Amino acid sequence: MNKLLCECGHENPEGTTLCQKCGSPLSAEEKSKKIADMRYEGSAIRSKTYNKSIIDKIWNFFSSVKVGITLIIINLIAASIGTILPQEFYISVATDAEKEKYYSDVYGWFGEIYYALGLSDLYSSLWFQLLVLMLGVSIIIASIDRGIPLHKSLKNQRVKRHTNFMKRQRIIGEGKPTETREQTLQLVEQSLKNLKYNVRREDSSILAERGRFSRYGAYINHVGLIVFLIGVMLHLVPGMYVDESMWLREGETRAVPGMDGYFLKNDKFILETYDNVPQGEQIKQGVNVVAKNFQTDVTLYKQKENSVPGQAENLEEVKQYGIQVNHPLKHEGYAFYQMDFRLNEIKTMVFDLTNKETEQSLGQISIDLTNPQEMYTLDNGAQVQLMGYYPDFSGFKEGVPQTATQTPNNPAFIFKMITPETPEGETSFVAIQQTLEPEGDNIYKMKFSNVETRHMSGLTIRYDRTIPILIVGGIIFMIGVAIGSYWNHRRIWVEQLADGTIRLAAHTNKNWFSMKKDLDALTKHAHLPQYVDQQEIENNEHVETEKDGKTL
Amino acid sequence: MSLIDLSGYLLYAAFISYLVGTFLFAGAIKVKNDTAAARADKYGKIALVVTIIGFVAQLGYFITRWMYTGHAPVSNMFEFTTAFGMFIVLSFIVIYITYKVAALGVVALPIALLIIAYASMFPTEVSPLVPSLQSHWLTIHVTTAALGQSIFGISAVAGLIYLLRNVNMNERSKESFWLETVMFCCVLVVGFVVATVTFNAMDYEAKYEYVDTLDQVSTSTYLMPAVFGMNEYVELSEDRMTPLFELPALIDARKLTTVFWSVLFGTIIYLLIRLITRRKIATMFQPLVKRVNSTLMDEIAYRSILIAFPIFTLGALIFAMIWAQEAWGRFWGWDPKEVWALITWLFYAAFLHLRLSKGWEGRKSAWLTVIGFLIILFNLVVVNLVIAGLHSYA
Repeated sequence: MNKLLCECGHENPEGTTLCQKCGSPLSAEEKSKKIADMRYEGSAIRSKTYNKSIIDKIWNFFSSVKVGITLIIINLIAASIGTILPQEFYISVATDAEKEKYYSDVYGWFGEIYYALGLSDLYSSLWFQLLVLMLGVSIIIASIDRGIPLHKSLKNQRVKRHTNFMKRQRIIGEGKPTETREQTLQLVEQSLKNLKYNVRREDSSILAERGRFSRYGAYINHVGLIVFLIGVMLHLVPGMYVDESMWLREGETRAVPGMDGYFLKNDKFILETYDNVPQGEQIKQGVNVVAKNFQTDVTLYKQKENSVPGQAENLEEVKQYGIQVNHPLKHEGYAFYQMDFRLNEIKTMVFDLTNKETEQSLGQISIDLTNPQEMYTLDNGAQVQLMGYYPDFSGFKEGVPQTATQTPNNPAFIFKMITPETPEGETSFVAIQQTLEPEGDNIYKMKFSNVETRHMSGLTIRYDRTIPILIVGGIIFMIGVAIGSYWNHRRIWVEQLADGTIRLAAHTNKNWFSMKKDLDALTKHAHLPQYVDQQEIENNEHVETEKDGKTL
Repeated sequence: MSLIDLSGYLLYAAFISYLVGTFLFAGAIKVKNDTAAARADKYGKIALVVTIIGFVAQLGYFITRWMYTGHAPVSNMFEFTTAFGMFIVLSFIVIYITYKVAALGVVALPIALLIIAYASMFPTEVSPLVPSLQSHWLTIHVTTAALGQSIFGISAVAGLIYLLRNVNMNERSKESFWLETVMFCCVLVVGFVVATVTFNAMDYEAKYEYVDTLDQVSTSTYLMPAVFGMNEYVELSEDRMTPLFELPALIDARKLTTVFWSVLFGTIIYLLIRLITRRKIATMFQPLVKRVNSTLMDEIAYRSILIAFPIFTLGALIFAMIWAQEAWGRFWGWDPKEVWALITWLFYAAFLHLRLSKGWEGRKSAWLTVIGFLIILFNLVVVNLVIAGLHSYA
């Protein structure tokens, strides 16, 4: 590799813009600038030096901050596209065909295109995840590419810098001290120490530095981001993440999906509403009552060892808890969330086997809809055979009753009633407010008597082993970003020339306003010549010439 | 006097203080040479005192309303937006005490005033909290996020001042056009306020029945004369304007009607201002910022973003994730509001990288601060009112 030889005799690696020893400009571009480019301290960056193998090329691509920013912007735009229409997981239809229909019905041709392009499930798409991954790679490579050379040059700082370096800083000052020549440097040293600077002195040169660690803030927060992204990716690893849901009726005990050996019983579902008088917006939106509480009182059981898996026996109570929104039940890393509910689901239906003419009942049968029997025998010997059960009756298709779902929303039955008068049995189709007698006029009918209902809770079970990683990532990120944002790296170089002239230069990576306050204090205390801000002068000149150009 | 009445009066008091404060800050500019080192003079001091009084009054509004409702008043559009305005004033006070630039007040306070006026157009009644909002994270997450956003707002204030100072408004250029457009948008907010107040004073109300996207019949209540009718609308109120156009179900014609009247009123007000003063609005501000130090403005804009970025990350992303994990069992759900918080964050991350590595300072950086604030307002207004999601509260 070529070396760049500085006037001072120091050999710098290729790509260096400011000599690592004395700070003189090395490249032609750098020499043409009035104020030195202090980013990365002018050190050689790997991506700017090698450009040969394919690995170098990939490295160079991802290390470029321009590429990084472009990736940020592309991710930003992609994410925004996903918010134009609701994403699929917020739409309560199940199949792909239904989804497609939903988007075209509700959003017309735009919805059709949106769905066809896969934008309705954008965040799970491969291309979106690749974009995020590329951003992650860019963060890693760019940080290594810039962080290491920066660290080296910050560590190897010289106290004495070349005139070319000093004069090309944004803030400079040169001149005789306004008072007492002998002690000037002592005064400078003391003053800077009072300002909590780290002061180094070599002969007649001083380098005062403060808050150098803030330069590492950006790299620390990038580490945090990467840890966080790794945590997110670990969701895909089996066993790291459980996301299940279950419907549990009151009184029911069921095995918890994704949590082996545990059973959950729904003791009671509670829905509370506010008794406020509706006003304003509430009336406008036609909302009569506002919900106050959704709660499922549950008991968590654990199966004793050596039990048959999945069988609800040998259960040991673990704990009782009232699951509310914002207050999940937590146990051994698992958490149960109140997500949904269904009120008044039909539990049992009770019918009277009634003689149509005399209105006399031969007895009642009670059908447990979760566990319907094939045959119900009454005390007097009469029997009712349940020939068909349709939980969610949706009409007939070619003479056969159909059910839309397995949920008892609209139960319908085919009964065969066997009584002493009708030993052959009479068939009757019974649905809510509908009775059909396919074999002609019956003597008996199943007269609806009453119904028992119960509530049902929709619970979500989550288990996430990646949470600690995400927390660590988040904390590292916050520490890094706070260090990088709330502290800054200030440096002041002071040199006394042989004739007693003081030369001063100052640099900070941000917050020049506070830097100048430090300099004001220093100037006053050590009687230094007044400093100037070269950039402010340049800006003012720029504005002046622009104005002149316009008016003349 | 009940707490809720007291709360209302305190908000009025705050509003008036900010209004007076704006003029006092304007007065502070004319008499002094506005540089970083110069100390604020008498006017500046009075202006600051008045602004602090206003802030304390608004804090009083916030606390009394909190005591009355039993939860932090950040749970609906009115409450959140008002709090956002309050935090902008707080951030301004802190930045003003640090940098003592009166021009900041001339821009920051009117923006806070516009935001609070906008907030007051939404229903102000106290509504009980639905179960998902019953959490102390509501207070923690929303206030931190709002604080972060308002400090980003101050960077836009400094950016705007930079642009007003440096863009030549007499010249036809993209920059002068867009700067005047930003001013015009501010007038549109005034238009919305004037339109709402006018029709409110007239007690205008018209009910329509319509067929929605899922072919269900619903009713919609217009509080402004219906220019656009909902899909297959049927008039339910008598003697009300018959809509001029009927729109498909996908578009909420009622909201579009509100937008129409706001733009109409805003444009009329804007044209009147132009006719009376014979100047662009941006030009009217220019004498106030003539002596502002550009380099300092650029630095204030950058520093505000640096201060806001960690706070915003904490409030809008990290606290949001913790709450989402607690309430729904997943820290991230790609809800539109979440996505737009992420977009805001990515935007400011891009800003910081452009500034650090590409050296984007001055004008470019000033424009970015303005665009950033527009993204925040988009997330507040459009995402809440137009895009449906878990965060739509009004």
